Amino acid sequence: MSHLLREHAPITQEGWKTIDEEARERMLPGLAGRRLVDFSGPRGWEHSATNLGRVEDVDVSPVKGLEANRRVVLPLVELRARFTVSREELRAGDRGAEDIDFDALDVAAQSIVEAENLAVFHSWPKGGIAGIGERSPHSAIKSGGGVEKYPEHVARAVELLLRKGIAGPYGLALGREEYTRVVESAEHGGYPLLDHLRKILEGPIVWAPGVKGAVVLSMRGGDFSFESGQDLSVGYESHDSDVVTLYLEESFSFRVLTPEAAVPISPLKS
Amino acid sequence: MGFDQYHEPPEELPEETRTFARLCASLTEEAEAIGWYEQRLAVERDPEARAVMADAVGEEFKHFSMDLEFLLRRKPKWREIAQGVLFQDGDIVEHGEAAEAAAGDSDSTEDPSSQSPAFAGSLGIGSLKEGR
Repeated sequence: MSHLLREHAPITQEGWKTIDEEARERMLPGLAGRRLVDFSGPRGWEHSATNLGRVEDVDVSPVKGLEANRRVVLPLVELRARFTVSREELRAGDRGAEDIDFDALDVAAQSIVEAENLAVFHSWPKGGIAGIGERSPHSAIKSGGGVEKYPEHVARAVELLLRKGIAGPYGLALGREEYTRVVESAEHGGYPLLDHLRKILEGPIVWAPGVKGAVVLSMRGGDFSFESGQDLSVGYESHDSDVVTLYLEESFSFRVLTPEAAVPISPLKS
Repeated sequence: MGFDQYHEPPEELPEETRTFARLCASLTEEAEAIGWYEQRLAVERDPEARAVMADAVGEEFKHFSMDLEFLLRRKPKWREIAQGVLFQDGDIVEHGEAAEAAAGDSDSTEDPSSQSPAFAGSLGIGSLKEGR
């Protein structure tokens, strides 16, 4: 039996299918890191650390003539977001209802998405994750002049990467505000800003809730590594006569292998 | 158009089983292609033609590996046995027997969410990078 204890939930097979599909649909659009960085795994719930290939000295001074090292590893972090589902709603689903209330699941899904993006694109110090923005040695490009200046900012970021020998294609992760303003904007002559940016990047532009500002990064591979232990899953916690308490869960580590392969852009002023 | 990968009436098979069968057929085709290129390379003397075929067989290696990984993700018991056999030094048969014994009697046709630690309850999202 898996640690998710799904077998103990008072949920039918069809009910689980509906919950899993809802969770998947709610998270897919916002999982920006997985669209832009290398992904490995899933390696399972038991997988606890990423091998870094490095060691640190261990003091064994009481014993003469010995050298000792301790392996340095990157522990995986766990994310968990609880939510409840009404048993009445689940029963309605079993009878074929197509408008089941999954509001709490949607909130949990967005929390997980934002936390994953924060870890990847910024940092999660207490989780031991130094994300892309924190590791980048490049100063953030100032996004002055409004969204119409975005092609200039992105082109400058791409040129900076090229100058450092970082090949493309390049991807662009846009925070909520930046994404909205880019998508709704057209340049002189009505040419969509989004299309112009795509031409500069030669790669995808992704909606990245949780990201503050934007990040331009190389997608050539080998620069950013997301290692999944338990991939995003739904587990069972408890139930009473009215509601079932479930949770979304994942474990992962994230490493920046080439800090100079990404350039942050500061948030747009509102 | 034939549907040779099915041995049971397709309309009676669940969608997951039809997908699994398609990937099994694809795996077989990639293995056949690798075998064909091996034979062609063994007899071809033109270095330019050999270079083209050597490049092409690399594609088949990739396709075969991707098909296999997909199938192993869907069949925990198969994956467990494969983990005991693949990329190991030593006696292949011994590893195979040991891996099969270690995998025990678990029913590989069960929902993977009830068996594999890696995929138990997993939403199967993984990488969303284009081209993956």
